[in-house]
Formats: sequence, C-alpha cells, structure tokens
Amino acid sequence: MKLDCFVGIDLGSTTTKSIYLDENENIIGRGITNSRSNYDIACQVAKEEAEISSRFTLLERKLEADATLAAIKGTLLPWLTSKYRHANHLTQLNALKLECANEVAKRDDNEFSAVAVPMLDDVFKILEAESQDLFRPNVGARSDFFRDIAASGFLQAVEKLVQNNPKLLDRMIGIFDKAILVVEGKSYANAFSQYIKYATEETVALPQFKSFAGQIREATNYAANVTFNALNTIGTGYGRQRLPFPKEQIRSEILCHGLGAHYMFPKTTTVLDIGGQDTKAIQIDGRGIVTNFQMNDRCAAGCGRYLGYIADEMNMGVHELGPLAQKSTLSVKINSTCTVFAGTELRERLSMGEKREDILAGLHRSMILRAMSLLARSGGIFDEFTFTGGVAKNPAAVAALKKLVEENYGERVLNISPDSIFTGALGAAIFAKRGYLNEMEKINLEAISKKEQKQMDAF
Amino acid sequence: MGIDEIIKKCEHLYNDLDFGYVKAWKEKTGGKAIGYMPVYIPQEIIHAAGALPVGIMGGGSNLEIIKGDAYFQSYICHIPRSTIEMGISGKLDVMDGMIFPAICDVIRNLSGMWQMLFKNKYVKYLDLPQNFDPEIGGAFYRYEIEDILSHVSQITGKKVSPEDLKHSITLYNENRKAIKSLYDLRAEVPHKIPTSEVYLLLRAGNILEVTEHTALMAQYMTEVKKRDIKPQDNIKVAINGAFCEQPPLGLIKALESSGCYIVEDDWVLGVRYIQEPVATNKDPISGLVDAYLTKSVSTASKYEDKKEKGEYLINSVKETGAEGVIFCMPSFCDPALLERPMLAAALTKAGISYTSFKYAENTGQFRTFKEQTGTFADSIKLWGGV
Amino acid sequence: MENNKEAVKENSMILQKDMIADHFHNLAQAKENGKKVVYTFVPGNLNELIWAFDMLPVHPEINALQSAMRKKSAAFVLEAEKSGHSEDVCTYVKCDVGMMKRGNIGPTGEKLPEPDLLLLSYTGCFTFMKWFELLKQEYKCPVVMLHVPYQAEGSISGAMVDYVVKQLEEKVIPVMEEISGKKLDYDVLKSYLSASNRAENDLVSVWNSARSKPSPIDAYFGGVYYIGPIFSAFRGLAQCEDYYRTLREEIDERVRLKLGPITPDGAEVKEKYRLVVEGPPNWTSFREFWKMFYDEGAVVVSSTYTKVGGLYDQGFRHSPENPLESMAEYCLGCYTNHNLPSRVDLIEKYIKDFDADGFVINSIKSCNSFSAGQLMMMREIESRTGRAGGFIESDLVDPRYFSAANIKNRLESYFQMIDAKKAGAS
Repeated sequence: MKLDCFVGIDLGSTTTKSIYLDENENIIGRGITNSRSNYDIACQVAKEEAEISSRFTLLERKLEADATLAAIKGTLLPWLTSKYRHANHLTQLNALKLECANEVAKRDDNEFSAVAVPMLDDVFKILEAESQDLFRPNVGARSDFFRDIAASGFLQAVEKLVQNNPKLLDRMIGIFDKAILVVEGKSYANAFSQYIKYATEETVALPQFKSFAGQIREATNYAANVTFNALNTIGTGYGRQRLPFPKEQIRSEILCHGLGAHYMFPKTTTVLDIGGQDTKAIQIDGRGIVTNFQMNDRCAAGCGRYLGYIADEMNMGVHELGPLAQKSTLSVKINSTCTVFAGTELRERLSMGEKREDILAGLHRSMILRAMSLLARSGGIFDEFTFTGGVAKNPAAVAALKKLVEENYGERVLNISPDSIFTGALGAAIFAKRGYLNEMEKINLEAISKKEQKQMDAF
Repeated sequence: MGIDEIIKKCEHLYNDLDFGYVKAWKEKTGGKAIGYMPVYIPQEIIHAAGALPVGIMGGGSNLEIIKGDAYFQSYICHIPRSTIEMGISGKLDVMDGMIFPAICDVIRNLSGMWQMLFKNKYVKYLDLPQNFDPEIGGAFYRYEIEDILSHVSQITGKKVSPEDLKHSITLYNENRKAIKSLYDLRAEVPHKIPTSEVYLLLRAGNILEVTEHTALMAQYMTEVKKRDIKPQDNIKVAINGAFCEQPPLGLIKALESSGCYIVEDDWVLGVRYIQEPVATNKDPISGLVDAYLTKSVSTASKYEDKKEKGEYLINSVKETGAEGVIFCMPSFCDPALLERPMLAAALTKAGISYTSFKYAENTGQFRTFKEQTGTFADSIKLWGGV
Repeated sequence: MENNKEAVKENSMILQKDMIADHFHNLAQAKENGKKVVYTFVPGNLNELIWAFDMLPVHPEINALQSAMRKKSAAFVLEAEKSGHSEDVCTYVKCDVGMMKRGNIGPTGEKLPEPDLLLLSYTGCFTFMKWFELLKQEYKCPVVMLHVPYQAEGSISGAMVDYVVKQLEEKVIPVMEEISGKKLDYDVLKSYLSASNRAENDLVSVWNSARSKPSPIDAYFGGVYYIGPIFSAFRGLAQCEDYYRTLREEIDERVRLKLGPITPDGAEVKEKYRLVVEGPPNWTSFREFWKMFYDEGAVVVSSTYTKVGGLYDQGFRHSPENPLESMAEYCLGCYTNHNLPSRVDLIEKYIKDFDADGFVINSIKSCNSFSAGQLMMMREIESRTGRAGGFIESDLVDPRYFSAANIKNRLESYFQMIDAKKAGAS
C-alpha cells in the first residue's frame, strides 16, 4: 500500500525532530534524535524515526479495525513496541561491538588487545543480557537515545571488569567514545520489517497472545509493507541552512513555531518558545500567520543553555533544576541572567549560605523576566498564550511564567503541549502540505486556463 | 527629631516610588508637580511658578522591570528602563510635567518617547548650552528658562513676578549653603558622617519642598555634631561618575564598609551643581543664567571649554583631602565612560591613585566591589598608592 | 568608497574613487604645501566654510568606517580598550583613537596630517563632544565648539538659529580666520554654497528615483556610496557637482530601462520586497550584510542613515542668499537632530511615499543617538502603517557585534513573514 504524506523537519541545536502528516493533516509519526555533528545523518535518522512511528500508527489503526485485536490492543501494542525497540537495540549493540573491536585493532598494541578483546566479549554479553529487561512494557527507559543507554551500561560493566585499574578504564572508555561516534553516524532504523518480524515472533510466543498469532502477523506485515510517499518536505530550525534542501523547502523557525502552535491550540495568539539557543516571542493571527516576533539578542542569557550552565555549576541534571526550585519558600532576587556571570553569582550566594532551592527559584524567575520583556517587545501577551520549547517542560519556569503573566496581563489561558518539542517540525509539515496544495492549485489553474483557452479557440 | 528618625524619614522618601509625599503636598497646597531627570535643572523657576520640582533618578534596586526592558536594547543603561517602567505603570501620573535636561543621547531620546507616550503632559527637553559666553550661550539659555517658566506658569496658573523668582532663588541659595556645610563637615570628620546618610539626605532633597529640606539638613547637622565616634584607619576617597543613574544604597554602604571614607562624590549632583549663591541683586533670570555659565561644576555632560580636563576633579580631591579616586560608573553610561580615560590620565599625572568599576542601579551583589575597593584602600595605606 | 575589483564600474563610481584618492593625497601633502587641516564631523559639517578658508577637512567617522571596511577596525578598537576605554562605548571613537595610536594611517595608506583645528560641530550626537575632548588631549590644537541645539519640539525656532549664527560669527569664523591667516571672503563662501545647492538638487532626484518600480537604486547599501562626496569633504566643490550630475544621468537611464539596482558583484537585483531602513549599517561585514538583503530580492527604497548629513529630500538646500543662516539651518536639520516623534513621522512618510512593503531597523550598539527609543518607534510605525517592522542588532565598526547567523535568521523570518502576510491578504 502507498500512503501520501507531508514531512516537516526541525533541525535544532540539540535535537532534530521530524513530523509525518497524512493528507487530512493528522499527525501520523514523530521522530526525534540528537543533532550530533552531522546534520545530514541527524535529519535522516529523525525522518526514519518518524517513519517507524508512522508505521506503528498504521499498525494501531489496523488493530483497532479488527474487533478481537482491538480488545487486546492495550497489552499487545506495548509488547510489540518494546520488542521492536529491543531488536533495534541489539543490532546497534552488535555494530558497536564490531566498532570497538576495530578500534582496539587500530591501537596496534598486542598487550592491550590481549586484555581488551576478551573483555569486550564479556562486556557485550552483559549488555545483551541486561537489554532483555530494559525493553519490556512499563519499564521506563533511562533515555530514548542509544548513546545514553549504551554508555551507562558500558561504563558500569567495564568498571567492574577492570578492577581498580584506572589507566585501563580510561583506555576502554576511549575505545567506546571512538566507536560510538561511528555507530551514531550510521542509521540502523531502516530495517523495520526485520525488527517487527522479530518483535512479532517474540510477542506471539508469549502465552497470552499465542491464539492470535495469525491475525497479529497479518497486521504487522501490513504495517511493514506500507510505502510512504512524501509529497513535500519542509525543513526549519537552527541548522536549517545546512539541510540538503532547495531554498523553497526551507522556512524560518519563527514561522513554523507560529503555525505549529496554531495547529496544537487553534486559539493561540501569543507564542513563547524558549529553546536551547534562543528565546522567541511570536504573535500570530487567526490563521497561524506570524504578525510580529522578537528574538533575544546575541547572548544566550535567559535561554535553555543558561539552565545548562547552572546545572553544570551545581553538578545536577538540567531536568532536576525545576523540581528543586519548586521547593523554595523564599524568593531570592537574581539580577544577572548573563551566562558568564551566572556561575560567579551562584557561587557567591551559595557561599553566603543561601539555599540552593531559593537561588534556583530566583534564577528561574529572572530567566522568565527576560522572556517577559521579549514578549512585551513583540506586543504583549494575548489570549490564548502557548508556551513551547524545552524549557516548557520545567515546572519552576512554568510556575514563574504563570505568576508573572497574571500579575502583568491578567488572566490568560496558558497552553503547554507535552509534544511541544515538535512544534517547529509540525509547523514545517503543515507548510509542506500548504506549499504542495498551492503548487497543485497553480497547475490546476494553468490547466483550466489552457482548457478554457482551447474552448475559446474552438469557439 | 534624632538622627535615626531623620534618616528613617529620608529612607522612606527614597524608597517610595509612588511619591506619597508629592501627592500629599499637591493635595495640601493645590499646587502642581514637575518631575526632572538628572543632572541639573534650575529648580528655582519651577518653585517660583508654584510647582514642586521632583528629582527622578530611576527606579533604584527594588523596582522590578517588566515592560521597561521592552523599550530598550540590552546595551543601553538602566535608568531609562526603570523610568519608563514607572511611567507606564502610572507611578509618575502625579507629575504634571517632565523635564529632561541635556545629559546624553539616551535621556534626550527618552524625552521624545515621553512625548509619544504622554501626549497630554508637558514634556520639555532642556538644552543646556555648551557655549558659555553670556551673549551667545547665555542668551540661548535665557530663552530656555523663559520657555519653561511660561509653560509651568500656565500649568499652575500663577503669574511669576521677578520678586517671586528672587524669593525662590534665596530659598535655594540657603539650601545649597546647607548642603555645602554638610559636605564640608563630612570632609573634615568623615568618621562621624557616613555617606549613606548624606546620600539619603540629598535624595530627600529631590522630593521635599526646599524649605522643609533645608530645615531637615540643619537638624541633621545639629544632631550629627554630637556624635562621638572614633576615626578608623580608613582612607579618604572621592567618587566620580555616578551623576546620572544612581548606585544602589547597598553599594554605597559596601564601599564605606570596605575601608573607605567617602569625602567627595558626584551623585545627586544637581543639588550641588551651582557652587556659589545665585545673585539676587540683578534681574533674577540673569542670575540663574550667570550661575550656570560661571558657577557650575565640571562634569562629563558639560563641555570643558577653558579648564584642563581633570583640573576640577584634582582640585576637589585636594580640597577634601581625598587620597584616591574611585570611578564608580553606570554600565553603558556614555558621558561617564568616555570621560574616564581623560580623568584617569590627569590623575596619573597628578600622582593620584584611582580604581574603577561599573554598576547598574539594580546591581544586587556588592562583594566583588567591596573586595576591589578594600584592596585599593589597603594599597593606599601600605604604599600610598597602587 | 571601497576598492572593488570585480564590480562593473559606472562613471560616477570612477569619479568618486578619484576624488577620494586626490583628497587623501592632498591631506598627506598638506603640511608640505602649507595647508591647514580641520577635523570635523559629518552631521552639521561646515564644508563650504572650510573650503572658503582654503583648509582641508578630515572626518574621523569616515576614517573609522573605512578602517572597518578594510578589516582594520577590530585591532584599533582593541588598542583603545587596552588604553582604558570601556567596551560599552562608541566604537567609532575607539577605532579613531586606536588608529591614531597606531600612526594615523588613512584609508589610502598615506598618513593623515595632524589637525590645526578641531571643529566640534556638536550636532545630534553627544559622543561627538567627548570624541574631540579626547582628541584635544592628544593634539593640543585649538578646539572650537559649535553647539547645535536639538529639535526637541520638532521644529527650528528663531532662538535656535540665532544661537548657531552667533556662534559662527563670534567663535567659529574668528578662530578659522586666525588659523588660516585669511579674512572670510563672503563671495567665495557664497559660490561654494551655490555649488552645494546644485549638487543637492541632483542628489534629491536620485533619492526620488526609488519611487519607480522597480527601484533603480538601493537607497541604503547603494545609498551610502551616493552620499559619499556630499557628506564628506566635497560638498561645495565643482567635482562634487560633476559627480551628482553624472550619477543622476546614470540613474535616469536605469529608470528609463526599468532596471533594478546593481549589487557589488555587478548583478542586477530583482526587486521582490521594497523596504525602508532606519539606522546606520554595519561596516565590518558590509558586503555580507547587503547580500542578506539582495539575495532575497530586498531593495531599500529609502533610508534614514543617508540623511544624517542633511534632509535634502525634505526640502532643505544650502543657500547663498543668507549664508550663515543657511549653514545654521543645515546643522539644525540633520536627521539625528530630530526628535523621536519627527523621526517616526519621517519613516511613516517614506513608507507611504515609496510604497514600501515594510521597514527594518538596524539597531547599532555604538550609536545611542539612533538606537535609544527605536523599539518604541518600531511599534508606533507598525501601528500607523500596518506594515511589518523587522529588528536586527549589530554595530558600526566592532566585528564582535556582528553575528551573521543571528541577523540572517531574523531577516529571513522577516521576509517570510511579509510573504505570509501578503499570501494571507490575497
């Protein structure tokens, strides 16, 4: 079966996102990957991830269409998904193992090889065994990215095996670091049929699904055999200039964010996006068209990157900052949102005995104050107000924003979508659809006018 | 009133960004209020026309800027942001007019923004002359004074006679005298007179009706002389560069606690801009013109016509017995920061040590400043200079 | 203004290049030839008066921007900062100070002579005053201050003209007479003023050509070349008249042929967007900056920066009838001497007169005279005209403040926003 679709790609500074849209403007697939140093690969992987996600959407639709399968879909689909991801993971592990071996060979050090080769065998045996438990329904993965999962597993296993030999540990980590780059540089996602076959067989082997084996095989087979026909693709984002696309297929992220936010929340008038590199305040009209926008100036003050510095400074994960800040009972006034000074001010305050949570609450507030001034520059905050970007996931930032908006603009409906990270890619996909339809219309109009011309001529 | 009470009163005026005193004064007297920005305007003409001149020196360190930042790029100083913030949030509604004296392009353009934002209010850009010839710059300045006088008279509905103006000049001469005595006394016994107090007294002068302020100064002088405090091993310093956007009070206190006695400064400079009494024996406007042309301080926003650059600062350092100069300047302040290399060169030539830092009116942390000026003080104590 | 090998040279460009080369050569020889040298600023410059005394003018802002185009400004700015200048202040000043400290070599590679007079035409920019105070420390030559009051009420009053004329009569002219050893010959001054007047007529015709569609000129990026002679050393001279006559003829021809502006590479720009630009350009990446516009088909049909040396298009002309009053009005009328409401009115007028799709503000870190208040101007103009405003930030001659990726991103978004608005409206 062939399915027409429209593709949007958002090449961000930290992650690359892709959205597949069907002809009725329904989102059928989402893909996300880290942007890496190679934008081409990032773009390809995000697209493949979105395609896989689309196949699962189609699989789900297929299961829903069959009364018996629909009844067990709730338990069946998670198994298929987990096993599918496991198959993918095992392929990558295998590739990683080969690359590690290559790296060891490159060192041309017999003594090291004699230790490292058997150790790698052991390590990967451990990793393979562990992976069985990682990919099950209801097991929250530590990360969606292979690099993260593999790195922590590898480190743990090697640490055990080297036994107090820091030099050897360093060398093994060096091997991993080199090898993972090669693995990341390749795509292992295009073997959907192979993985889904593995997943299907693993799943139907489970006692609860045995009796539906035939129907399940039929459904997964269908999902594997759909071909996607991308009628148009639009790219956007920080790195959009580096996408291998012609100019007509590139849109500014401002426009894409505006349109994406409009799609998610049709009553949106004002959009705030706080990403890693920049902050944007956007005003849109009733059709999602940008009427005004402001971006932060040169420095990254008040952007997601700022929180990154703070997290490093405090030796915490970025996602831990918000929850800790929410424990604050005393608001500390922070004046500097300058990333350069943030560290100094932070250390100074900590040394003065101020509490971490209070300082963090102050930092979040001052970051949102910067955003407030951009919003004011762009014209203000109107109903409805949609907040997107990575920082929209930070509860302390959201709380500070809510409070400041209410104090200064009165009550506003604040929308935050759990999928807000895909806003730009979604906007791009809609542009892809509109661009395609406009082209078609033009061709049709030309055809009609030619036809009319002919009729006139005939007349 | 004891010192504590006086300072508490001043502190209240300093912190009250809703200008409660001005509101009450207007209600009580039925008069009008005219706000003005740093550095200098001839307040006498406002006073003579029956209005209260109110010095507005930004929003300080407590005002949170929500919308003000939307009007200015990041490379522009802080005072216009907080002033706009106060304007659009209605805190300055109590002013019946605003005067923006020539100081720099930012404040100049702020006058235009005010014209657009507050179309029904009196907005005046006071172009202080940079030519100091009585027939040329003087004639132009007279025109500017008369222009303000006629507008403010129209606002208050009071016709101003030469006698009215002379009376106002006399009151301001007394006020200047009181301030000068306080500054002289501080230079003499700085251990008894903390600058944080002097500063608050001066800031009170931005708000209070002039006679009330003069009386308050006199009271403070009487009380402070009774103080019995032993001098510490501190150095005496002169502060330069803080004539427009003001340092937060916390910063002034930090400087004082770092081992420095401040014996000269240029914050709230407007009230000390004219250094000698304004003549009342001739036509009063001529007296004011002459005072600006010939009796005013040297400062960065005023063209240095005849004197050598730095001469004025070096003299004041010598007169007050200061042992060093602290350049304490707002970030992005064109007048102060462009002046600094010239003053620094003059000080070096005169063998006077200096150190230098930048602040903003809402700077929240003072530790690094304190460390810096503390080191500066130590180096002067140990080696007589850096 | 710029050496440019690959470009197709029009006659006017050759004329301008020769004029500049001659002038800097004359400056290099000034001391030998016994010529006196006056340093002065572009806005409110008294060129006719300087020539009437047979002195040679030097404009430090132009030296600074030339240094930037030749990629020398970064080192000069750093040199000044090393000597105690703050990173916060105007980079024109720092570039000039740095250039002086490194031997004062001018744009053509010849050394600039030291000034015999610093003519401080204090017009529309606070920093000018500090700038010459700083130079005074170095050169120890006479300084004469010409204070030009600000048009705070949006108009020129009699008192303002009197003030400037009196300064001319009693300060500026006597000092120039003393230094040059010559009495001012009013007939000579008048003849220079007449020549200025004729060149000004031709320049206005060039500005007005942008009303045509397509516009034959880019009134900002191209415009900075067109203002070269008249804003710098040449206004009042016969060569300047020649230049503008030639330029006008060339542009008239482009209008007749319905040609768009030419890029530095000699290609013709296909007009897609018509824009008005407020604010000075960035000089360190001038070509790259321009390219961001013409690559998208954006043509600037009018700009305010090209009016810092006189709003001739709004009617002002130098006049031999009342030489001193005319010079006073010239100084008072420069763009940066206008208050914010007048600047908003002017940009609104440009958008309407030149039928622009929108306007872009290039906000310059160095230049508070331009920049303070631009965000408010933008909002006001948007609401009055309904046209979209774009806002970008850069600096005059400090390359550290030109972020190409950031500016390109904003411009692209801006152009696409205009497209979307147009598509939405139709």
